[in-house]
Amino acid sequence: MQKLSMTLAAASLMLASAATPTLAADGRDYISMVGSGTVYPFATAVAEQFGKTTKFKTPKIEATGTGGGMKLFCAGAGVDTPDITNASRQMKKSEMESCQKNGVTEVVEVKVGYDGIVFANSKKVAPMKLSRKDIYLALAKQVPSPEGGDKLVANPYKTWKDVNPALPANKIEVFGPAPISGTRDAFTELVMDNGCEAFPFIKAMQKSDEKQFKAVCQTLREDGGYVEAGDNYNLIVQKLETSPASMGIFGFSYLDQNGDKVQGSIIDGSVPTFDNIASGKYVISRPLFFYIKKAHVGVIPGMNEYIAEFTSDRAWGKEGYLAEKGLIPAPADERKANAETAKALKPVVIK
Amino acid sequence: MNEKPISTMDRVSVGLAKRYRKERRFRLFGLAAIVASLLFLVLLLGSIGAKGWTAFQQTHIRLDVFFDPAVLDVKNLATANYANLVKNAVFVLFPEVEGRQDKRLLAKMVSGGAAFELQRMVVSNPELIGTTKSLWVIAKDEVDMFVKGYIPRNVPESERRVSDKQIAWIDQLAATGRLEKKFNTIFFQAGDSREPELAGIRGAVMGSLFTLMVTLVLSFPVGVAAAVYLEEFAPQNRWTDLIEVNVNNLAAIPSIVFGLLGLAVFLNFMNLPRSASLVGGLVLTLMTLPTIIIASRASLKSVPPSIREAALGVGASKMQTISHHILPLALPGIMTGTIIGMARALGETAPLLMIGMVAFIVDVPHSFSDPATVLPVQIYLWAGSPERAFIERTSAAIMVLLFILLLMNATAVFLRNKFERRW
Repeated sequence: MQKLSMTLAAASLMLASAATPTLAADGRDYISMVGSGTVYPFATAVAEQFGKTTKFKTPKIEATGTGGGMKLFCAGAGVDTPDITNASRQMKKSEMESCQKNGVTEVVEVKVGYDGIVFANSKKVAPMKLSRKDIYLALAKQVPSPEGGDKLVANPYKTWKDVNPALPANKIEVFGPAPISGTRDAFTELVMDNGCEAFPFIKAMQKSDEKQFKAVCQTLREDGGYVEAGDNYNLIVQKLETSPASMGIFGFSYLDQNGDKVQGSIIDGSVPTFDNIASGKYVISRPLFFYIKKAHVGVIPGMNEYIAEFTSDRAWGKEGYLAEKGLIPAPADERKANAETAKALKPVVIK
Repeated sequence: MNEKPISTMDRVSVGLAKRYRKERRFRLFGLAAIVASLLFLVLLLGSIGAKGWTAFQQTHIRLDVFFDPAVLDVKNLATANYANLVKNAVFVLFPEVEGRQDKRLLAKMVSGGAAFELQRMVVSNPELIGTTKSLWVIAKDEVDMFVKGYIPRNVPESERRVSDKQIAWIDQLAATGRLEKKFNTIFFQAGDSREPELAGIRGAVMGSLFTLMVTLVLSFPVGVAAAVYLEEFAPQNRWTDLIEVNVNNLAAIPSIVFGLLGLAVFLNFMNLPRSASLVGGLVLTLMTLPTIIIASRASLKSVPPSIREAALGVGASKMQTISHHILPLALPGIMTGTIIGMARALGETAPLLMIGMVAFIVDVPHSFSDPATVLPVQIYLWAGSPERAFIERTSAAIMVLLFILLLMNATAVFLRNKFERRW
């Protein structure tokens, strides 16, 4: 018994001494990235390709969400902060200011392509034909009174038929992302705001009282019509399969991968296909970005090469491997311009 | 008046049947609880197993690769276009395929990993240049999913990620014996990847190992020392009461709080590297310490006072009593507590989120300061990936994690049975 305890003590001592090499955050030899979960699948694909084809280490990428990524990115200019942050929306003015305040003076913005947000249901039923106004009326917490007049009431609609007689009499139940997600931000901005503006008195509100306009348009109902399903979109796809009357909201790449199980609704007359999103015909699409800390280029090995890999045509081009992963490429001339900005490391000015 | 007084026996027999019934019911409730939990366990393991077991096999395609001396040169081995060698080998199999679009489709049946495999082979053995070799290379995840039956054959072409032409080629390959499912060694040898067919758990397992090593090395000695002091030396006063309450309280704190603490202390104040398994281990140490202290104290307390008194009686000092008698006798219990604490640490993700260990990391970590991730984080990341092939890999990784947990808990039971003494 005593022997056993002695060996254990000796073993732990040995491990303890092995576990203390010099440890400091400086002298990092790999690129560190944070940011959006929507850009994550693309950034990781580029990072892996970069790691396998160059002499540099494979970058490390954390999916922190766009907002969380900005916060880490702007925390300072030292090498213990991330070099690149991915974003599913443009950097906000307030974020740029916090960057400046913390010594991150020069930030380069690279637009990588587009992502479509789809409104999907199970293949077992017919596809839905929706307008953004229908979606707003079905999902907002407060809607204009159905009796007419410029009055807001708590959302009375129970089925899609109540919203628009042309739609089936299915119960309104939509699974979608939670508020921290960039997809949710984009959804409220592109769909809810737009659907809202179909009502002149709410539109007028935008000028007079923007805060209230946002509250009216962007607050989703909490009575079970909209179900926050976290950011695991595979679960939403599974859920849609088992309950064909429900709808789900997610990025295009999930539709692309599950074409045999779910279908995208027709929004304002256009189907979410690769071509429709690329051409801008499908309206719910948003640009994706990544932001580079200029001060780290040349300090962290491989920065230039990573940027070159991401902005090469074999990555983000029309036939590139990112399109394979579900990224909608930008038009050729836009790609060219963006690649040049990235190469020249031209700092962005956020207005 | 002349009613017979009821005897005790009568009174007992009147209620007896009712009491037996009650007892039977009581037993049935217990049994039902066990059966229900077993049923859920079987359901859980069954669904994971059913989804995951296929991931241990991977579809391979046999190609006759010609190591073309025109492409390969001893000088350019690192940069040569190996992907072209793979493509040419596929095109040779289907000489009738023409047109750029079709050729692209055809080339896409083989994983991009095949090129790296060829590169490894040529670099380690340059004599291959100029020869033709028959090789089994990895198929692309979509081909794999189709072969395993996860992509239905009978839906319209636009709704699946394998085209009609590709299906015809797959059938042809299968008919000629060039398509086979083999044991998926990559799953155990590779780090993470965005290509499901190239993704493995090695990086996560190594990360878990490093993290747990740090946790064990720090929390075991500290925990046991604290327990020994509190149990054997500390005076009974308000301070020790306060410490005891706090230790018990810490054991119940949600683990994310330890993550926040780790972020503030280890990363922001001590400037340790983000995403390193060392920091993960430190955070998990904080989390497991209370568990180990509580288990160790209970175990020390259960050593009979007679042993203590006998040792002191024959002239042993306090330290000799503890290190020669009490600690060895308490050790099985302490180790059981430690292993259970470790098993909990192995399954933890929430605190690691705050210190950057929830990340995409391809390179397998080699030291405590390398960026690393751990098994449950890997499961979480794969579960959220759009590619369908990640679903089976997620389940397979869960199976590996469960196996390790089972092993650890079995060790705990074994140690207890082997060394436990009853008085």
